[in-house]
Amino acid sequence: MARPLSLCTFRLADQVVALPALRIQEVVRVPRITPVPLAPPAVLGLINLRGQVVAAVDLRRRLDLPPVELSPDREPRGDAETGAGICVVVETVDGLASLLVDDIGDVVEIDEARILPLPATLRGAPRALANGVLPLDATLVLVLDVDRAGVVPSSEAA
Amino acid sequence: MSTTDAMNDEMQSIVREFLVEAREMLDRLDQDFVALEVQPDDRAVLDHVFRVLHTLKGTCGFLGFGRLEAVAHAGEHLLDRLRERALVYTPDIASALLAAVDVLRALLTQIEATGQDGNVEIAALKTWITSLAAGDGQPRAPTGTAAAAVVPPVAAPVAAPVVVKPSAPPEAAAAIAPRPVSNAAEPADLRDGPESPRSGRAADESIRVDVGHLERLINLVGELVLARNQILQHPAVQADGALQQICQRLSNLTTELQEGVMKTRMQPIGTVFNKLPRVVRDLALACGKQVRIDIEGRETELDRTLVDAIKDPLTHVIRNCVDHGIEAPEDRRAAGKADEGVLSLRAFHEAGQVIVEVADDGAGIAVDRVRQKAVRQGLIAPTHAERMSDREVCELIFLPGFSTRDAVTNLSGRGVGMDVVRTNIERIGGSVDLDSRAGHGMTLRMKLPLTLAIIPVLIVGAAGQRFAIPQVNLVELVSVGADRIETLHGARLLRLRETLLPLVDLQEVLGLSAPGTGKSPGDDADAPPRSVVIVSADGRTFGLLVDDIDDTQEIVVKPLNKLLKSLGCFAGATILGDGDVALILDVPGLAHRAHVQRPDASEAGRPGASAGGPPGVTPASLLVVTAGARSRLAVPLDCVSRLEETDRAAIERSAGREAMRYRDRVLPLLDVGGRFGAGSGPRATDGQVDVVVVSTGGRSAGLLVDGIVDIVEEVLDLQSDGAVPGTLGTAIVQGRVTDVLDVPWLLTHWTAVP
Repeated sequence: MARPLSLCTFRLADQVVALPALRIQEVVRVPRITPVPLAPPAVLGLINLRGQVVAAVDLRRRLDLPPVELSPDREPRGDAETGAGICVVVETVDGLASLLVDDIGDVVEIDEARILPLPATLRGAPRALANGVLPLDATLVLVLDVDRAGVVPSSEAA
Repeated sequence: MSTTDAMNDEMQSIVREFLVEAREMLDRLDQDFVALEVQPDDRAVLDHVFRVLHTLKGTCGFLGFGRLEAVAHAGEHLLDRLRERALVYTPDIASALLAAVDVLRALLTQIEATGQDGNVEIAALKTWITSLAAGDGQPRAPTGTAAAAVVPPVAAPVAAPVVVKPSAPPEAAAAIAPRPVSNAAEPADLRDGPESPRSGRAADESIRVDVGHLERLINLVGELVLARNQILQHPAVQADGALQQICQRLSNLTTELQEGVMKTRMQPIGTVFNKLPRVVRDLALACGKQVRIDIEGRETELDRTLVDAIKDPLTHVIRNCVDHGIEAPEDRRAAGKADEGVLSLRAFHEAGQVIVEVADDGAGIAVDRVRQKAVRQGLIAPTHAERMSDREVCELIFLPGFSTRDAVTNLSGRGVGMDVVRTNIERIGGSVDLDSRAGHGMTLRMKLPLTLAIIPVLIVGAAGQRFAIPQVNLVELVSVGADRIETLHGARLLRLRETLLPLVDLQEVLGLSAPGTGKSPGDDADAPPRSVVIVSADGRTFGLLVDDIDDTQEIVVKPLNKLLKSLGCFAGATILGDGDVALILDVPGLAHRAHVQRPDASEAGRPGASAGGPPGVTPASLLVVTAGARSRLAVPLDCVSRLEETDRAAIERSAGREAMRYRDRVLPLLDVGGRFGAGSGPRATDGQVDVVVVSTGGRSAGLLVDGIVDIVEEVLDLQSDGAVPGTLGTAIVQGRVTDVLDVPWLLTHWTAVP
């Protein structure tokens, strides 16, 4: 029996990742980020999402990709050079989180059966955060687990 | 989904609703049963409890909770006998009924956990109640007591074992002939009479709203306020008169909306107070004491979250008062007091805060015993103990691990002491003060903020970032040159009024590097002057070094996620006027991270000692100001609420008196400089003037002074002969003759007379 699933894809450096569309609350341009001292490096800081304070998570760093660079005056505004320009706001088990990605891709409607298990050679962070791989015509998409990607464990604290 | 599933779902929601309602009913029963003990023939209350129990029984029967129904039925039967006046309401009956309420609660907990009212033991209770209802004189109070046996351990702290003395002889009960009273059910409205404030009317006019829903509304209104602020500052609005008017209207509506929505989070403190008579009753009975509890100000409102947060500390304090404070009847008689001790509980609003006062007329704190005990427990050194004033000794009971009890009773004195009370109250931004008079009792004052959602903070800057420090932690602000900061074996210090103030560099403790420069903090030989924010928390006082001090603001507190909270340095976040996020510092957490030690227990008496005062004399904290060219005045610091600087042009005259607008109110001004100042020339009419805002006893005023000199701690030797009205007398402060102002006198007399 087909189990339909819609996924949103995002670009991160030269990779494409996907998150379940139903878990995404909204997608916004990266606003000003207030850094949080002592927080793990993957937590870039806090943003003001229409009155709610939401942690901004550097998804590149989470996936062992070159991390987002912040502008020297610490008022990071996402643009082509600094990497992330888009916030994907998701609801996680630890409240809202905003995942920083380079760019937004498509929404794809697929049958859940098309998501394949992670290849045995995949190791490290991508393996820890992903549930499977979706082979699309042009590329392989890493399907992320919202809670594992969005909640940074405190063991990573500085 | 199948039909059975749907039915199950519906059933579950009915049960959930029942649980909520039943718990409320039981809370009311608790209050009513205790109230009945005071006024056994209050017919309205009796009828009311009967109806409540009857309703409960009916619903249980319908839902198939047989055990619950059986207990409710037994209680109802007993009450019916009381209504018929076949029995009188004795303490035994009260105990049995209250035990029944506890068992019912335990049953509800079980239903919540398992969906069934399974294996709670009810036989003993039933027999007890039945025997009481039958009026036979052998109240078989179950030895282990039903209540204690069934209440799950989580609920244990409140459910003190009910010790029942078989007291009232059955003959007495039988001797009272049933009076011919019509047994027809009285109209329900009777209990809603004006003299019966415990009526259920409030419940009829309210609806249940999900708290999450309210939080969302509050967030939205917060957003609206920000949007409003932005639109008001927009150039297009400034230029267009008509648009400006519309915006003004929008602004007013927004403010009202915000106030209205904030109100929805408020709850009367009565929801906590109402549970206390039962606690007092059970405890007094168990200690063999007679205690009456007087409650005032139940309707005082405060934030829902705060109501929850003060429940445990307040219960703890009350238990302490009954267990330690109020004496046994024979001791009271010996001391010339009435047998019955009085515990009074008051709540009221004062200066934007909620004050909760617990007072008893017991023995007060045995200062000598506290002193000895503290020495024996190694909390203070014997030599210090002798030098400490009584007031300082009283403060010792707030030290962790302190207990005067020799034996740990099952009631209190379990080592969880007053320090927990203080910590819990401070955690929610409040403070605790204690006042004890040997032989006359003690008063404990808790000051609580109105709400946790909005708090006053000071915004400071460090390493180019802004941080908010809660006002409750602030003590004082000092601006210092880098050269005044000294180092002792790596620890930075500031010499301040004969004390050494440990300093913590905010930038350093948070691991921030200065903006632009790559140099590490701490290496500041030619650094610009910095500001020291003196903060205190958990009994630790230290100075936070910051780059600059911005302003005080009222901010809306936004919670942090678990990860960021676990860093331990931030209490929350907030959104500033320009839309930026700022972190709220958690001062106790910072102290911990920076390894600021609690003052050594042996140092607990230091403030007194450091001022060089003789033992037993507490130094007074004074604000020294100048009045006129040569005179100095001192204002007791506990009356001073703020120091302000204002334009002389902002001072207005109304009804022959000077006043200024201050925080949306009119602040009467007293020109103390002009009145007590010697040699002051004609008053200037423009320029800046210092205003010392004083308040005491609910009144506030601003004292116009010529200059602010310093804050000092000195042991006063007041010469009050020939003191000018408005002063307490003259003393030598910092080697100069200084008049000490009598602020309460000034506020009552001078504000009335131009």
